[in-house]
Amino acid sequence: MSHASFSLGRRSLLLGLGTALVLGRTRAAFAQLPGERRFVVILQRGAMDGLYAVQPYADPVLREIRAPLALPEPGQEGGLLDLGGRFGLHPDFANLHAMYAADEALLLHAIAGPYRSRSHFDAQDMLESGADQRLSSGWLNRAISALPNPAEARAGLAVGTNVPLLMRGPTPVGAWFPPGVEHPSPDLYARLAALHAGDPKLGPVFEEGLRARGFATSTLGEPSRERDRAQFPRLAAAAGRLLAEAAGPRVAVLELGGWDTHVNQANNIRGPLRALDAGLAELKAALGADWARTAVLVITEFGRTARANGNAGTDHGTAGVALLLGGAVRGGRVVADWPGLGRDALLENRDLRPTADLRAVAKGLLAGHLGLPAPAVAQAFPGSEAVAPMGGLLRG
Amino acid sequence: MSIRSHIAPIRFGLGLRLGESPPEAPEAWLAAQIREPGASPPGLTAKEAVIAQLSHLVLRDEAAGIAQTRAPQYRAALEGNGIVLPDSTPLPGLIRRETTAWAARRLTSPQPFRDRLVDFWSNHFTTARRGAAMAILPAALEHDAIRPHVTGRFADMLVAVTRHPAMLIYLNNNISVGPNSRAARGGRFGLNENLAREVLELHTLSPAGGYTQGDVQELAKILTGWRVATDRPPFDFQWQPAAHEPGPKFLLGRRFEEGEGSQEAALRFLAAQPATWRFLAVKLARHFVADAPPPEAVRALEKVLRETDGDLGAVALALVALPQAWEPPLSKFRAPQDFVLAACRALGVMEQRADLVVNGLFAMNQPLWMAPQPNGWPDIAEAWATPEAMMRRVDWAYTVAGRAGVTDLPGAAAAALGPLARAETVSAMRGAGSLRDAATLLIGSPEFMHR
Repeated sequence: MSHASFSLGRRSLLLGLGTALVLGRTRAAFAQLPGERRFVVILQRGAMDGLYAVQPYADPVLREIRAPLALPEPGQEGGLLDLGGRFGLHPDFANLHAMYAADEALLLHAIAGPYRSRSHFDAQDMLESGADQRLSSGWLNRAISALPNPAEARAGLAVGTNVPLLMRGPTPVGAWFPPGVEHPSPDLYARLAALHAGDPKLGPVFEEGLRARGFATSTLGEPSRERDRAQFPRLAAAAGRLLAEAAGPRVAVLELGGWDTHVNQANNIRGPLRALDAGLAELKAALGADWARTAVLVITEFGRTARANGNAGTDHGTAGVALLLGGAVRGGRVVADWPGLGRDALLENRDLRPTADLRAVAKGLLAGHLGLPAPAVAQAFPGSEAVAPMGGLLRG
Repeated sequence: MSIRSHIAPIRFGLGLRLGESPPEAPEAWLAAQIREPGASPPGLTAKEAVIAQLSHLVLRDEAAGIAQTRAPQYRAALEGNGIVLPDSTPLPGLIRRETTAWAARRLTSPQPFRDRLVDFWSNHFTTARRGAAMAILPAALEHDAIRPHVTGRFADMLVAVTRHPAMLIYLNNNISVGPNSRAARGGRFGLNENLAREVLELHTLSPAGGYTQGDVQELAKILTGWRVATDRPPFDFQWQPAAHEPGPKFLLGRRFEEGEGSQEAALRFLAAQPATWRFLAVKLARHFVADAPPPEAVRALEKVLRETDGDLGAVALALVALPQAWEPPLSKFRAPQDFVLAACRALGVMEQRADLVVNGLFAMNQPLWMAPQPNGWPDIAEAWATPEAMMRRVDWAYTVAGRAGVTDLPGAAAAALGPLARAETVSAMRGAGSLRDAATLLIGSPEFMHR
């Protein structure tokens, strides 16, 4: 490879043109625009306790079965943030509550995926696969195959060193994470890329890494060297800035762990709660005017037991909470077909019973928000014909 | 010398070290590492870890001048048992010492196959550093419970691991209380299912084993009473009958009587289930053969485990005997831990610079003893060969190629790949502008990313 042809190749690679050329796309690919809507999915790994984060304080059974984890009612010291008389938000969710007050946050309660596994790892796989078994690709990846790529990026973006299963699959996606070591010269990167080019598996991955870095660096500037750069709020802010670029990605995935609160939940859940709340505020701020066209879906693999365990924590359960927020969301509401917490109301006398299906929400957003055609939505959730997309999630 | 001489150290070991010759008889070289346990390296014990963690709590509270603290009580417990507290917290130094000792051992290991097996089982039985109660305990698990059984019986390893303070605290059994035990104090304290669930799901049967929620709870009840005395002697594992759930329990239909022997009996019962053999065979084959292991390889390993009653030495030898474990070479993507160790060995990084390994693991998102979840680090390419992770690999390759001070490039290439290097890589190294760039191309080549 001569230097002349390399520099041309590298430039087009960084501009995201490489794929169009390699795949033989025509100009039509550039004429077709991806739309202005932004969609973000945040995966909460470890199973957030929905009954704790969004407490049904008007349900008289709550305090009976969950006394150590029932927070004071709204208005009292350290009390819940009210959500209209029946439910209350954990007080660490101040930013989320402000979004709720601005009709930008919709909280879905007693919701779960279609699977009934209490294994984190199986349930996360199924949550991300969009099926009741583990598939080799994620529902979001399959869905956005119908989304045209913008000029300088992939439509889909994973923010973090690893691409979660949700975003893996046949549709090429971008990935971004702030790096932390020394960097070879552009020429040495190019030589390394040439070494990988012939490898059928690593070649495309390497190319995508280079391309994503090039795009991200031109948008975000040189990466910060601060120690806390990996913290969720910073990643959320970076995701927001990348999504706010006109030629940038439209759909992004982030992950936040730490929700597996088997012990001393009241203390141990505060770190992840605060990180999520701060991250949502950062995301909104960084999106700027694009926030009005954004929907953010926050989901976890399952809820937790209705009763506290022997260690002021909770064990693996079934239904929980999903959060939907953004300027495009018809918020200011809690949506729940409340099953109750009584002995017979609980699933197996143990868990909050699911009365809503996460797939209905996701399908409603893919169709209604991203405007994806029906076949793409069906491909995202195979075998879900009986689950109608949930309506009324978005502003008209 | 057959090509197997070059494959063996890469596939089964940690890669050749700069200046080290490939084994003339690779199968015999591997078998000797299984048959001869070799000298066990020194290491931290659970008791030393518990004492260090408790000392840290005392010194931290004293230094901060906290009024409401149990520091005086803890200090008395330590000093009353002849333990002299240092002037400042021992933890940062201990963490540095243990992580670099882990890396140094692997940089110069006389038994790299055995060390790889130790790391495989340590990942199977993941514990992680988090919080003051787990600040250094995971370092002790390898020394106390993994390495002594790595070519012994799986059941012995399972029992040793499950009753180890690192596992009991990591998965909360330390605070699990039988709901009808004396320690429950009329319902104030109760059961915690965490350890029981992960023993069934991750350590033995796996979900394919078909246990129920009821089995999880029964095993949790059986395991009550296995606790750790973290703030008083013995500063180690302790059987605490007051926390043990009274009455018989029924696990997978089998009755276990109440009492001190029931935990070990239940674990040995789980260790001998066909579903457990099957699960272990799949994981071993995935690690040593392919991400999607060939069914015949899994069957062969499963058969050995069944016929030898879980002899881990026998199954390690069976791995070496699998034709699929040798062909094709370089088909298994290296996780960051493998990649960093092999690179540092090939570049001749000295034990004194073991910190390069430790930092490399951080830079590539596989920090030592810090797996994010109890299922441990993933063992398939899909999880590691991602765009940003590839960029980090070559960034780190460039970084370490600078810091290792490469002088013997042909030696590094011989150790890293030998005849397994592709012509393109050799040619790119020849055309590189500096030794550092050439070493980056070697370590950053696609074939070196595999084992």
